[in-house]
Amino acid sequence: MPEVLMAALAELEEAYLKSKRDAGFQKELRYYLREYAGRPTALYFAKRLTVALSGAKVYLKREDLCHTGAHKINNTVGQVLLAKKMGKERVIAETGAGQHGVATATAAALFGLSCDVYMGTEDMERQALNVFRMRLLGAKVTPVDSGSRTLKDAINEAMRDWATNVRTTAYVLGSVLGPHPYPMIVRDFQRIIGKEARRQILAKEKRLPDLLLACVGGGSNSIGLFYDFLRDENVRMVGVEAGGLGIETGKHAARFATGTRGVLHGTYTHVLQDADGQILPTHSVSAGLDYPSVGPEHSRLRDLGRVSYTSVTDTEALKAFQMLAELEGIIPALEAAHAVAYAIKIVPKMKKDEIVIICMSGRGDKDVQEALKFIGG
Amino acid sequence: MSEAGGYGRAMNRIRRKFENLKAEGRKGFIAYICAGDPSLAATKKLVLEFETVGVDIVELGVPFSDPIADGVVNQRAAERALRNHVSLADVISLVEDVRKKSEIPIVLFTYVNPVLKYGLERFCVDMGDAHVDGALVLDYPLEEAVKYKKLMDAHGLATIGLIAPTTPSERLKPIIDFCSGFIYYVSRTGVTGIRDDVERSVAAKVAAIKSLTTKPVAVGFGISNPQQARDVAELADAVVVGSAIVQKIEEFGSSREMVKEVSRFAGELVRAVKNATT
Repeated sequence: MPEVLMAALAELEEAYLKSKRDAGFQKELRYYLREYAGRPTALYFAKRLTVALSGAKVYLKREDLCHTGAHKINNTVGQVLLAKKMGKERVIAETGAGQHGVATATAAALFGLSCDVYMGTEDMERQALNVFRMRLLGAKVTPVDSGSRTLKDAINEAMRDWATNVRTTAYVLGSVLGPHPYPMIVRDFQRIIGKEARRQILAKEKRLPDLLLACVGGGSNSIGLFYDFLRDENVRMVGVEAGGLGIETGKHAARFATGTRGVLHGTYTHVLQDADGQILPTHSVSAGLDYPSVGPEHSRLRDLGRVSYTSVTDTEALKAFQMLAELEGIIPALEAAHAVAYAIKIVPKMKKDEIVIICMSGRGDKDVQEALKFIGG
Repeated sequence: MSEAGGYGRAMNRIRRKFENLKAEGRKGFIAYICAGDPSLAATKKLVLEFETVGVDIVELGVPFSDPIADGVVNQRAAERALRNHVSLADVISLVEDVRKKSEIPIVLFTYVNPVLKYGLERFCVDMGDAHVDGALVLDYPLEEAVKYKKLMDAHGLATIGLIAPTTPSERLKPIIDFCSGFIYYVSRTGVTGIRDDVERSVAAKVAAIKSLTTKPVAVGFGISNPQQARDVAELADAVVVGSAIVQKIEEFGSSREMVKEVSRFAGELVRAVKNATT
């Protein structure tokens, strides 16, 4: 990390750790998550999908039912509330698919802070609806036309803004990425997904699940679901990355397939890079998974062998997108459709008395225009 | 043992430069350009021409795809260089080539990822062999750079560290200790129109640094013209100008006048800095 941000990161860490011990802060956070964000979200038994796949029982953790339509709000309510307590007047954020931008703009409106969101121009095009939503929420959306014009470039730009305005501005990072303490903070705010899911499955099935599935872009919904199950040795976990047009084409965002260790945005983790250490362009039909590096805790969990990682292609994700809509009346975000696509492959091979939980990280309304291009009317 | 005892051959080029500046009672001028923008051949010509017009030290940027600590002007320069596939190895070779004709002190300005990919030890060995004088790794916090510092010292290479306006006072001493060659004080808040305020804060911070060390302090903060360069020179041992020069390179691109025009601009900055009172 550049020196100019080191003090701000230390300040953030101190404020965050204080808020974690502060019963008042925690109570306020719980209040907003319950009354505003709509928690707890349902753990829904997907009966028709289960019948169709004819293997394990499939449950969906319905983060798509959160306010703003994705799990991102869990983190932004926490971080923006923290920013307000720290006396910041303004928040900034990066966004890929636009869900984190919308969730930050929403929390900023809720707590009365001004908000600027950086977004790559390629993402603005494929997520035009979310751009308009952010503007409706009073945020300023700044197009980023440098580099690959996607999420990583939006992060570059947000970091530059933060470096310039660090005294008045809080940077609300959207995933378990970036320099310490962000991976820890975002994970802690997203842990509620797994905490609820664990309680809910024990209530419904009187036992723990056999397999957890979640898509992995930066890795916040997946770490959120996985974290409270990590000590449950018999619960297997698979993170699903974006295979894009296929690993062999080079047009993908599967960091664990071909990435090597490196530093991007202040994190030492698996990165898609060339022999000179330049960060490679990525491809995915899903803007939220289109990022060349992955949260450092995922790298560690993978090295420990605790979580395994795989990928599915754009085509497989789009098929899953349609299948879930037709079978369950749920249009998943294209990100979450990656997890469903892997379920379609693996669940038929499982036993009928086994249980799978898939994280429905978000709803797919934002993606229908993009999907139309591929699927056709 | 004399203070110079721990320094290798390369380190001495920077040291000698600052000693000479001090003896002559003048301030140094440091020019930043991105290597390979618009081409490696042009960069070589620029470095040699810079020496002729009186630039004291050259900072050579190693292009990186995600330069979070740079503004948009330097990012565009890096993108142009990367379109030419300029790598860290190319930049080190470039210095080796320049050394056949010039003794101007040269410092590499880089992000950490290309260095880690290249290999820390290989980086230091190759820089030493090519007669690079030192490096500044922009996104390498002090706390992470322990092994790097040891290797750089062992190869007689200067480690330049950044101090920012936001650097808390308790971090000053460790950063100063980390630095050899010179200390780079950089402010990103210096935009046109608030110069007076910026200068006051720069003066205070430079004084705070100076109270802790006798090492030279260079200052850079988006200085765009000779007058600003002169004002800042009065506060520090050397002035760094980057984006304004890079912008000129962009303006003239691959045209034949580029080297002449950019060097002329650098010459104006050199004269302004030399006219500063000490």
